[in-house]
Amino acid sequence: MTAAPAAIRIARPPMRIFLFLLFAAASAAAAEPIGYEGARHLLNRTGFGATDEEIWQVAALDRAAAVDKLLAGIRREASVKPPALVDEPFEPYARFRGLDAEQRKAAQRKLVEQGFELRAWWLREMILTPSPLTERMTLFWHNHFATSQQKVRSARLMYQQNALLRSEALGNFATLLHAVAKDPAMLVWLDNAGNRKQAPNENFAREVMELFTLGEGHYTERDIKEAARAFTGWSIDRETGTYTYRPAWHDYAEKTVLGRTGRLDGDDVLDILLSRPETAQFISTKLWREFVSQDPDPREVARWADVLRDNRYEVKPLVRAILLSDAFWAPQNRATLVKSPVELVVGSLRMFAIHPFDLRPAVFACAALGQNPFSPPNVKGWPGGNAWIDSATLLGRKQWIDRLLRGTQPAMMAAADAPRDETQAGAQEQRYRRALERGMSDYAFDASRVPASRERLERLVLATAPVDPVEGLEGAELARSLAFDPAFQLK
Amino acid sequence: MTFDRRRFLQLAALVPFAGMARLAAAADAPARKLLVLVELKGGNDGLNTVIPYADPAYATLRPRIAIARDQVVQLTEAAGLHPSLAPLRAFWDRHELAVVQGLGYPDPNLSHFRSIEIWDTASRSDEYLTEGWLTRAFALAPSPASFAADGVVVGPNAMGPLAGTGARAIALSNPEQFLRNAKLVHAEEGQSRNPALAHILRVERDVMVSAGRLQAGRKFDTEFPRSPFGNSVGTAAQLAGNEAGTAVVRLSLGSFDTHANQQGTHANLLRQFAEGLTALREALIEIGRWDSTIIATYAEFGRRPRENQSGGTDHGTASAHFVAGGAVKGGLYGAAPALGRLDGNGNLPLAVDFRGYYATFLDRWWGIDSKPVLGGRFERLPIL
Repeated sequence: MTAAPAAIRIARPPMRIFLFLLFAAASAAAAEPIGYEGARHLLNRTGFGATDEEIWQVAALDRAAAVDKLLAGIRREASVKPPALVDEPFEPYARFRGLDAEQRKAAQRKLVEQGFELRAWWLREMILTPSPLTERMTLFWHNHFATSQQKVRSARLMYQQNALLRSEALGNFATLLHAVAKDPAMLVWLDNAGNRKQAPNENFAREVMELFTLGEGHYTERDIKEAARAFTGWSIDRETGTYTYRPAWHDYAEKTVLGRTGRLDGDDVLDILLSRPETAQFISTKLWREFVSQDPDPREVARWADVLRDNRYEVKPLVRAILLSDAFWAPQNRATLVKSPVELVVGSLRMFAIHPFDLRPAVFACAALGQNPFSPPNVKGWPGGNAWIDSATLLGRKQWIDRLLRGTQPAMMAAADAPRDETQAGAQEQRYRRALERGMSDYAFDASRVPASRERLERLVLATAPVDPVEGLEGAELARSLAFDPAFQLK
Repeated sequence: MTFDRRRFLQLAALVPFAGMARLAAAADAPARKLLVLVELKGGNDGLNTVIPYADPAYATLRPRIAIARDQVVQLTEAAGLHPSLAPLRAFWDRHELAVVQGLGYPDPNLSHFRSIEIWDTASRSDEYLTEGWLTRAFALAPSPASFAADGVVVGPNAMGPLAGTGARAIALSNPEQFLRNAKLVHAEEGQSRNPALAHILRVERDVMVSAGRLQAGRKFDTEFPRSPFGNSVGTAAQLAGNEAGTAVVRLSLGSFDTHANQQGTHANLLRQFAEGLTALREALIEIGRWDSTIIATYAEFGRRPRENQSGGTDHGTASAHFVAGGAVKGGLYGAAPALGRLDGNGNLPLAVDFRGYYATFLDRWWGIDSKPVLGGRFERLPIL
């Protein structure tokens, strides 16, 4: 319930009593232990597939205590050691151009390989981190400042950006925005590295307004052109791949952006964008969709936007307000969000206590299901919500579950015996399947590591009642049946 | 009371008509025609695709990236194709290629995301619709019940013009994989008031229905290009040859978002496009469907006539697109790019409203009344 006092004043007496009771009930609920269901909801909305043990650890806390426990554990660095590639020297772009066809191919293969290493490292961090919320927010900012390795072509720069997103994941949005604007991967991704007075490039100026701060419709084409001039000269050093300012490229003349005129530089423009109320509104709306439901309530979002601005863009107080809001806990908002592919893949490994040595198959699975970290489809990021699921990705999800929890059912053996398909698309698919089969040999599901009773396992893995309950199963077959249920796709 | 009675009579009058329409559709089911849409993702540079090579302004606006006149594959004295599109010259010579110039919409939006949403939903520039234009069309005029689906989206892309709930649309990469994995789905009955769960249940039902009607593994003599787009084209050919029909197949190619060092990327993408189209034509002829299929391109926008200083082009507006097929009346349509009449952002004026382009497919290809789908009458192109 988020009814404002004004609504109460005009209510007739019985209504007033009703609302009073409702508020009393809501605040009483806030002070009570959140219980198993509440803990599962909190942990799965802010992490990846909590285990039974993790859920019990917070079930006895009240809302504030549970949320503060999560917020106290926030990290600024990953817990898993990053892959060796991050210590390799930067590979200057100009060097690619000097290569012959064979060398180019080898360089391309190396890039692809490093991309896999990087993704496997991040997935491992998501699995092992003591603070899943830190990784969820890092992923949120990756989707917000969506940058792709496809164009950046440097695993090292992608790693550096990831480290930046993590360091401010629940830090300060203004700090993060200024840092992202000078982040080498971003400078390459949105072409600002080549943005110069003699040749302004609008790409970053447009997206910073449309996707990173104000949202579409709150600026003009003229604002974009002027802002692009302010960002001229923000570039990267070709040899080291680090940010560098090129004074000779910067346009020092006067510009007007959103009604403010002066010899603006990039930081001035970012501060102008941060001074607009639309920015906090935009971020808060996105966070509603991330944590609460598919239908943001404009009044509550406006309240959160105030929290963000009142706290000078500190993210932690905002996330705290969200996780303590009645909207977050409301029964009608539970189980109404579709798990993202990363949440599904990492979450199923975690909740079913599967600890693989090789995470490459999990990386492939995320990509096949439509969310390849470090390679969002474009600068707007992944559309998310119901769009995660269409017939192709839904079948891909079932295929992943099938592999993970094959139990005693012979589905995979039957597939392995299927006649070889000689068409090209088929051959490619079979190569992928074989790679997955080999790689997943250590993805052993052991039913003794999860609760044995139907009631307890269902309560662990489903956010809502199964659509198609099957009776009389146990062990791996029970786990499979629950994970195949449509309700398993929800959080 | 009178109102209710009148309404009842209206409904009663409609019912047999609706029934007959469905019967009629079922009767000529085999004749229902296929539209293959190709989205050129990221916004294709129309000016370096269909080149106004005789206009001196073209070379002036693009000192670095203009295609040299002697490289242009000439179609007419004014317009020619990018050299990577040379295979399309054969389409042109057979009068099977319509080139629509100046396709766009009034009051253009230069955001990729907003602009493709406008194209996908066929909305006005200042109007926000949630359902795809094809979804609305099939909601009003469903494909015969025997069809495998109204529409199939090939590859890992958003549903685009088939988004929303009114049509039977599925997404797949290739039929083999789809059919294998469909075995993992059990048809659950039931509805849900939870919007996410309702969505999942609907997708499951569509999967079950389509899986029962799709075949896989048809062999073609045609060789498909060895590229992701080549694979998509192969899937389109499989779907065209499937016994149970499909009204529309959507493919994607990209990214055409060439802000910097455009030439190599653009040449490569256009080559993939031309090779894919050539293979698709050959495969459709092989199965006797070239005359009952049209292939049409679209994109969120074209690119700016004046090149930027990074050897690329920024977001533009109206652009050139292709419609190909055995039933197409080949030739140039729309208007040549008015390089002397650029707008305040340096972009091209509109010559053909994209809703007229869609109306052409709805009215003239499928016989679906375009007015309720597009919210008005738009001038159709005489390309069919």
